[in-house]
Amino acid sequence: MTRTSPAAEFDSESIERLDQIIASHLHREGPLLPILHDIQAEWGMVPDDAQPIIAKALNLTRAEVYGVVSFYHDFRDHPTGTHVLRLCRAESCISMGADDLADQVCRALGIGWHETTPDGRLTLEPVFCLGLCACGPSAEFDGKLVGRANLAKVTRFVQEARA
Amino acid sequence: MKDFIIPDRDMGTPMSKSTTMVTLNIDGISVTVPSGTSVRRAAAEAGISVPKLCASDNLEAFGSCRLCVVQIDGMRGTPASCTTPVSEGMKVHTQTDEIAQIRKGVMELYISDHPLDCLTCAANGDCELQDMAGAVGLREVRYDAPKNHFARRSAVGPNPEWRPKDQSNPYFTFDPSKCIVCNRCVRACEEVQGTFALTIEGRGFDSRVSPGMGSDSFLSSDCVSCGACVQACPTATLIENTVIEIGTPERIVKTTCAYCGVGCSFDAHMRGEQIVRMVPSKDGKANHGHSCVKGRFAWGYTSHRDRILSPMIREKITDPWQEVSWDEALDFAATRLRKAQADHGKDLIGVITSSRCTNEETYLVQKLARAVFGNNNTDTCARVCHSPTGYGLGKAFGTSAGTHDFDSIDDTDLMLIIGCNPTDGHPVVGSRMRAQLRKGAGLIVLDPRRTDILDTAHMGESWHLPLRPGTNVAVVTSMAHVIVTEGLYDEAFIREMCDWDEFQIYMEFAADPRHAPEEVEKLSQVPAHLIREAARAYAAAPRASIFYGLGVTEHSQGSTTVMAIANLAMMTGNIGKPGTGVNPLRGQNNVQGSCDMGSFPHEYPGYRHVSDKATREMYERVWGVPLSEEPGLRIPNMFDGALHGSFRGLYCQGEDIVQSDPDTKHVTSALTAMDIVIVQDLFLNETANYAHVLLPGSSFLEKDGTFTNAERRINMVRRCMTPKNGFEDWEITQMLANRMGGNWNYQHPSEIMDEIALTTPSFAGVNYDLLDREGSVQWPCNEDAPLGTPVMHIDGFVRGKGKFLHTEYVATDERAGSRFPLLLTTGRILSQYNVGAQTRRTENVVFHPEDILEIHPSDAEVRGVREGDWVRISSRSGDTSLRAHITERVSPGVVYTTFHHPTTQANVVTTDNSDWATNCPEFKVTAVQVSPSNGPSEWQEEYSAHSELSRRILPAAAE
Repeated sequence: MTRTSPAAEFDSESIERLDQIIASHLHREGPLLPILHDIQAEWGMVPDDAQPIIAKALNLTRAEVYGVVSFYHDFRDHPTGTHVLRLCRAESCISMGADDLADQVCRALGIGWHETTPDGRLTLEPVFCLGLCACGPSAEFDGKLVGRANLAKVTRFVQEARA
Repeated sequence: MKDFIIPDRDMGTPMSKSTTMVTLNIDGISVTVPSGTSVRRAAAEAGISVPKLCASDNLEAFGSCRLCVVQIDGMRGTPASCTTPVSEGMKVHTQTDEIAQIRKGVMELYISDHPLDCLTCAANGDCELQDMAGAVGLREVRYDAPKNHFARRSAVGPNPEWRPKDQSNPYFTFDPSKCIVCNRCVRACEEVQGTFALTIEGRGFDSRVSPGMGSDSFLSSDCVSCGACVQACPTATLIENTVIEIGTPERIVKTTCAYCGVGCSFDAHMRGEQIVRMVPSKDGKANHGHSCVKGRFAWGYTSHRDRILSPMIREKITDPWQEVSWDEALDFAATRLRKAQADHGKDLIGVITSSRCTNEETYLVQKLARAVFGNNNTDTCARVCHSPTGYGLGKAFGTSAGTHDFDSIDDTDLMLIIGCNPTDGHPVVGSRMRAQLRKGAGLIVLDPRRTDILDTAHMGESWHLPLRPGTNVAVVTSMAHVIVTEGLYDEAFIREMCDWDEFQIYMEFAADPRHAPEEVEKLSQVPAHLIREAARAYAAAPRASIFYGLGVTEHSQGSTTVMAIANLAMMTGNIGKPGTGVNPLRGQNNVQGSCDMGSFPHEYPGYRHVSDKATREMYERVWGVPLSEEPGLRIPNMFDGALHGSFRGLYCQGEDIVQSDPDTKHVTSALTAMDIVIVQDLFLNETANYAHVLLPGSSFLEKDGTFTNAERRINMVRRCMTPKNGFEDWEITQMLANRMGGNWNYQHPSEIMDEIALTTPSFAGVNYDLLDREGSVQWPCNEDAPLGTPVMHIDGFVRGKGKFLHTEYVATDERAGSRFPLLLTTGRILSQYNVGAQTRRTENVVFHPEDILEIHPSDAEVRGVREGDWVRISSRSGDTSLRAHITERVSPGVVYTTFHHPTTQANVVTTDNSDWATNCPEFKVTAVQVSPSNGPSEWQEEYSAHSELSRRILPAAAE
């Protein structure tokens, strides 16, 4: 029943930027998802503190915003490494050896799903279909699609990024 | 929930309001239902139960549980019957082999992720999951799920999917391990309560009910503890703590909540003489199965250890209390009252009736004054709340009550809410308003403070007119100015229902440039364009309704504002049809009833003046005694009289005037000056500190009777248990009356109601048989309206033609100046009720442990006040200390607090200004100064010392 101050932890500069993002989408029908995308682009995650502010602006409650944010795996509540490698886990890629690839990549990087390398440079995420089934197994590195992925290809991307 | 516990069968989906009828065939039975009805509901109408888990008839169909699937000739597959609407000639099969197999399969999956601890589960015997497992004939669960939510540990260690119970709410427990994610709680919070505090987080196997955001508990979320989710839950995931502690109830008593003026019907679930839980009645015509935290959960005060159960007397108010027998206490009281009359005159004693007791009890207390004391010295707490409503609406329309029923909210296109805070003060009405706002109804709020209804999720257009306290008349009249000068009035309605010539004169008055928004902006600080927009929106809405509260009445111009409101409604034709009207939201459960029952010194029951010869002679005949034709004393006159020695004795039933009336010091010195003060109450309330006799009262759970709510609805109150104090309140009044020669012989409250019906035309048709049969009726209930009157003034006003009264704004004497530069206004909070005597004795203190002063950041800054600081608030009447909360909800120059806690005593600060017509105190405007302080004021310390001293009780002398 006690309403907590929505912006307890978020500094005033962040709130200003957040307000800009919200304002740029307010005219749209269904502005919540575009706002969340922009926020994730800005901060690499959707900070908890942003949610009540979005809720107030859109005439929603913070529970509703949280329901949406938590529904989509792609919205993160914590920051990722500088780079993100995503490996497809859907049926078509599995039939093309995605499981093996995943094992090899995990071993090579020394991390598991949703984990980040100790140097904070790379996060490994599973993804369910990148729409590249004809070239499976597929991967995605920092938003760039990789067809017929194998350990060598993936390692090259990773090493280039680390350099 | 299970049918044997709640007999109202759950039909699965809401009723369709369509008038087109559709006939279909279900399992060979022909059934005709309104178009838009679901197949699930149509089957229920035909007496066929289709299994279900996610459906409930107070929620929109959701179609997620897959148990209510059916087969329909000509349709592919197995559609969910809850989401499939009926169509003409449809042939439905609810039980086929294929469906049986699907249902069994679905149940098997549910049960594979559910702890099978049924025997020790709090919902045992009252669990829909259990019922459905039985209904579909589930006999085995073949799945050994690799992951589950219910086991605390697995063979390899703690189960990461398991989450502990959330016991943060004092009244219910959330146990996620039993959740089947049917969404009913989330939907109830959204659709029924309108708070949207709950959501489903994640998806798939990770779907879980979450209060607020992931980091929230139920207590820290937006949850308002209305209990709708607990009611909706088909399992023990959300369940009342009392059910966990006690077990399954064994019988139900239908009764009425004793908190606010909404008058919610409740089913008291009993085990023996113990309450297990209070559940809002689905057939309650005011609340339709919804409730708020007070009625649903905060009834623990009725068995609180502070309750006084034996009568007590004392010679002087500084003496300790002496417990005595009823005989001794009543003799003492009667003798003292008679002595005061013998020594000083018969007009020197009086009564204050209760707005919390039943109609029957109130009727007897005013009868005590008129027929036994032989004067008309009776008044009631409505003096300090809605007396201007009685006066203003009486003058304009001819009746002293709201014009519509709450169902009318469902038909309104725009709500104008003035000086009331429905989501806190009248939460069930607030929820119904929110539902209508979500459907697109417009909202105009006139309030110095930004109230929560303005933050309704998913609502349409709204305007907030943050006026300066005390300028209601100016702003409402200015809205009339806009309507008149822009020609937005409803000429046809005015010509038919009012006097056109009179309206011409009123028009001339309202059109004067001094009422123009641009002028009124200067004194009310409401931007002129907002007044104009609001007036245009109100006039343009096809059906606009007005709701108002104490923010209208408790002013020096309270009655004038009520008249201005009536003018607005009449000039736009917003009276007499559903979705319109003028509706005061009344504060206490029976404040409407206490007014109806003749509690005022100038009126007999049914608002008939004591000087009216025919009425007086009728009562003289029925009561068999001569009656006084002189109006008696109002509460403030009683206090003034006491200080001058011309008022010596008071019988006060179920009111705490020391805390609820303005200028506390004035009240306490008046009480101290009296020869005899008799208090009848559940507790040693603040007034009892100044009393000589304490007659222990009975709670609403311990008596039969009726309450009348804000929509004039007479609801039954039924006895659930034996009075802990030994007697129902009406019996105590009767015993006192008989000791003073009253010679009354009522055996049951129904006989009192019969006398009320016999003597009061608007109640002529009311009796307990009718109320038992109908559930409730709205007065007038007589030959013309044998089942009561939901909407008044349909074909003409009660007084004949509606009257336009001129409403000139006169500024209150209470003005902010250099000594007291801020304006204090007071209000309510959801979890506490009135003086708090009840709610402070429940777990509701978790939500609101103390009164807080709301102050604008700029006012706080110049005074060096920080969040949570102790501040001293002083006015020309007195001062008190409390903590500050810095917020922009109040405008600069305005501060706000509540009056629920006697340790704060906000009314020490309020003044003796009052409404020009009715003496209703001006609680809502007090010029004050706020300054940092170290803690309680001198007065608070003195007062608490006196409280302690005067609450000492000596045990009864040993026999």
